[in-house]
Amino acid sequence: MENIANSTILDARDVCCGFEKAQGELKVLDGVNLTLKEGEIVGLLGRSGSGKSTLLRIIAGLIPATDGEVNYCGRPVDGPVEGVAMVFQTFALFPWLTVLENVEAGLEALGVPAQARRERALKAIDLIGLDGFESAYPRELSGGMRQRVGFARALVVNPTLMLMDEPFSALDVLTAETLRTDLLDLWNEGGLPIKSILIVTHNIEEAVFMCDRILLLSSNPGRVISEVTVPFAHPRNRLDPAFRQFVDDIYAKMTRRPQADAQRKVGLELKSWLPQVSTNLIAGLIETVAAAPYNGRADMPEIAQQLHMEVDDLFPVAELLQHLGFAEMSEGDITLTYYGRQYSDFGTQERKQLFADCLLRGVPLASHIKQVLNERPKQRAPRDRFKQELEDYLSDEAAEETLDSVINWGRYGEIFSYDDQAEMFGLEDEA
Amino acid sequence: MRMILPPLFNASARRLLPNRWDFVAFPLILCVIVLGSTGFHQTMAPLSTLKTQVISLDPASLPEYALRTILRMLAAMFASLVFTLVYGTLAAKSRRAEKVLVPILDILQSVPVLGYISFTVTFFIALFPGRVLGAEFAAIFAIFTSQAWNMTFSFYQSMRTVPRDLIEVSRGFQLTGWQRFWKLEVPFSMPGLIWNMMMSMSGGWFFVVASEAITVGNNTVTLPGIGSYLAQAIAERNLGAVGWVILTMTLVILAYDQFLFRPLVAWADKFRMEDTSSQNEPESWLLDLIRRTRLIQKMFQPLGTLLRTLARMPLKLPLPASGKPATPAMGRLADVLWAVLVILGTCSLAWRVVSYVAAGVSWHDVWQVLTLAFVTLLRVLLLIALASLVWVPLGVLIGLRPRLAEKIQPLAQFLAAFPANLLFPVFVIGIVHFHANPDIWLSPLIVLGTQWYILFNVIAGASAFPNDFREAAANFRIRGWQWWRKVMLPGIFPYYVTGAITASGGAWNASIVSEMVQWGDIKLKAHGLGAYIAETTAAGDFPRIILGIATMSLFVVLFNRLLWRPMYAYAENHLR
Repeated sequence: MENIANSTILDARDVCCGFEKAQGELKVLDGVNLTLKEGEIVGLLGRSGSGKSTLLRIIAGLIPATDGEVNYCGRPVDGPVEGVAMVFQTFALFPWLTVLENVEAGLEALGVPAQARRERALKAIDLIGLDGFESAYPRELSGGMRQRVGFARALVVNPTLMLMDEPFSALDVLTAETLRTDLLDLWNEGGLPIKSILIVTHNIEEAVFMCDRILLLSSNPGRVISEVTVPFAHPRNRLDPAFRQFVDDIYAKMTRRPQADAQRKVGLELKSWLPQVSTNLIAGLIETVAAAPYNGRADMPEIAQQLHMEVDDLFPVAELLQHLGFAEMSEGDITLTYYGRQYSDFGTQERKQLFADCLLRGVPLASHIKQVLNERPKQRAPRDRFKQELEDYLSDEAAEETLDSVINWGRYGEIFSYDDQAEMFGLEDEA
Repeated sequence: MRMILPPLFNASARRLLPNRWDFVAFPLILCVIVLGSTGFHQTMAPLSTLKTQVISLDPASLPEYALRTILRMLAAMFASLVFTLVYGTLAAKSRRAEKVLVPILDILQSVPVLGYISFTVTFFIALFPGRVLGAEFAAIFAIFTSQAWNMTFSFYQSMRTVPRDLIEVSRGFQLTGWQRFWKLEVPFSMPGLIWNMMMSMSGGWFFVVASEAITVGNNTVTLPGIGSYLAQAIAERNLGAVGWVILTMTLVILAYDQFLFRPLVAWADKFRMEDTSSQNEPESWLLDLIRRTRLIQKMFQPLGTLLRTLARMPLKLPLPASGKPATPAMGRLADVLWAVLVILGTCSLAWRVVSYVAAGVSWHDVWQVLTLAFVTLLRVLLLIALASLVWVPLGVLIGLRPRLAEKIQPLAQFLAAFPANLLFPVFVIGIVHFHANPDIWLSPLIVLGTQWYILFNVIAGASAFPNDFREAAANFRIRGWQWWRKVMLPGIFPYYVTGAITASGGAWNASIVSEMVQWGDIKLKAHGLGAYIAETTAAGDFPRIILGIATMSLFVVLFNRLLWRPMYAYAENHLR
């Protein structure tokens, strides 16, 4: 949508967010700059761990930034702001209120009188296509209808800025698409009171489909690595070759970064967060890339589409393959290495052996655990020992996740055993 | 009564517990109770003896007595609710208050309810000398102590687990603390709270009966009600009157269920967080009736409007800010100061009470009480084990037959609510008639009322047992003992533990009234801590009452910590 008005609605400068750890600050966001102008839909695209939801909440005034400043309409944000409405991934509807009451709730908090409240709520419900469901409770509605209530609740307070936190990711593909087009239609017809939309997503296609501008965020910590302007007019056609090329380019941008990084520091560190990737996914991706029609080299968007995986699902697996030495990623392509090909040819036992070797070489935490166990007289060590070590660098939750991941891989590669009841690592399976 | 799956309440609250604070909380509570009541006892002595009202055994006066009892229950429930909202909020919102309040609550629910009565009767009577009001308060307070703690725990736990996105929505709406409390936190905790209210109420009948007629030293309290009617019937050895009182109680419990809890549960169904409609929504004819009639709705409308306006007032709750301190070091310093303050306060209290008790108690008494406590412990353990042996297999068999379960479950819940002390006279007559050994034959009384918790929890567990597992077991021809050991028992274990915890808690309480029972002038006594407390209470021997109650509380706390909590944690982590 072409809009001449260029007044700035939101301006975030050098936003940082982190929390104190024993070994210094753990940064979630690092020096993020962001400007929202009237009339644009801006996308925040990143993987899990990129702090995109944190950034959204800082902008909404729900959590404070540790550094930097956020200005909304020229005033600094220091708490929840009137005029900013949010739509949640989980819908966040009050289950004990009907559709109408849920929509009215925001107005009620503003102190709007009952009569006006009812009128405005009904109008919003009407606008978003919910009429007939006014007296239903959220649990009686399908996911798509619930998110419509979420939209109506956000719109009814006449916000200037609408923040959306992965609003479509809890919906099935078809429902999500319907909701997206409905929202875009309303936006393009000028039927919405909002002046700007900021949408957080990990779905590249969704971002290209909806946004005028996309900010790409890196992970751990979140930084803006690139900003792209989407040149297409609405309504956009996903099958248009130019559209596909654009999506490919973003994939390339998102995969280029680790490659550039690899020049500086090679692979994972002991303190790195490890994503929870099942060994079946690892095997599955290797097999898919090895098989026809890819024969060892595949285009990431293509494979994502074939496997019905989104960035959040696919990238961690692909990256792990890279760390383990099974594959290389570059320019949006994934290519199997010698080990990767070998793995796909091997039988179960040989695969395990190869995986174990690669795991010990590529994941420092795995080799560290093995080493500690070797050094101990009884060859046993409690989970807490490693957890505390990790918690010096990672958040408690991330440390737990990382340990669970490495336990899962270590068990598969049979490099150590783990007793969940005793929370003990060991070298030999006693059973 | 409708079958409601027992939520494993307190699960995460228990994990949140800072255990070392219990060492502070335990003496703190006991000493505060003791000092508060004995302080009054001493300053206002000699007490004027309360004029005892004459209780008529005419069945025609039973409806009036029943009404008085019901009102007492309602008053206590109201008090519990207010206490819950205030205490739970404070514990959930203030980090420092939480550190003390949660362990206190945990200990409070371990102190035997009937133990409170011994103290509080004197306290309240001293508060309103020579008037019935004091005795009324004492009875209501006793019922309150049987109801409030688990409700508060449930509320506190709900407050701590409000979903983050809902909090963010309400912050986005810029709701004040007061508005958020009524708009989000109270509704969110409603299902758990109402379930716990039901449990409390069902436990409360036992105590209302026990607290209406009680003697502490030279104070004999007789409040017109079902409990005192029973006491009078026992004193006059009137078996017919006992029958009448059982009938009345049955009707009262059924009425409570139909007129209060069924509508409440049906109404509270909308507060569930689940995304899907429940398969069998709770129904209530009364609620349907109210919803359909316009007149009643109109009548309640002004009240509703008033409440809604109140809830909408942009008040700021006067709570200690939970914000971050200026520097971490400052915060830590304040924490330490707070801890020192609490510990010092506890120590000084404990010292005063110990010196008071020491004046009237010798080491011989301590030794005797400990022995008796072990006897009662043995009794509780054995009887819970026996009840489990009977009810677990039966519960499973019933639970696996949905149509049967539907019929039995309300009965089990009714039996759990029914105050077992009404049935004691029947047992006493039997024991006297057969010249049986009271040490053995009085024992079943302590689980008479509470065994049903095991039954209905096991039924609920077996009903919820996934059909796939049963089919898989059948498919692999798993039968007999292996089926019980590998399939069914692990499946119902979490439910069983919930039931057994409730049952054993109730059994400790019941020991106070069931180890020493009367029928006219026949007195039967079993050896045990319960009988000791009952005797010292009747004699008004405060140092020994304190010793008995403290020992029992200690045993209950240790019993919970060393047996139930590990089992509970195991069930939570491995069998769910």
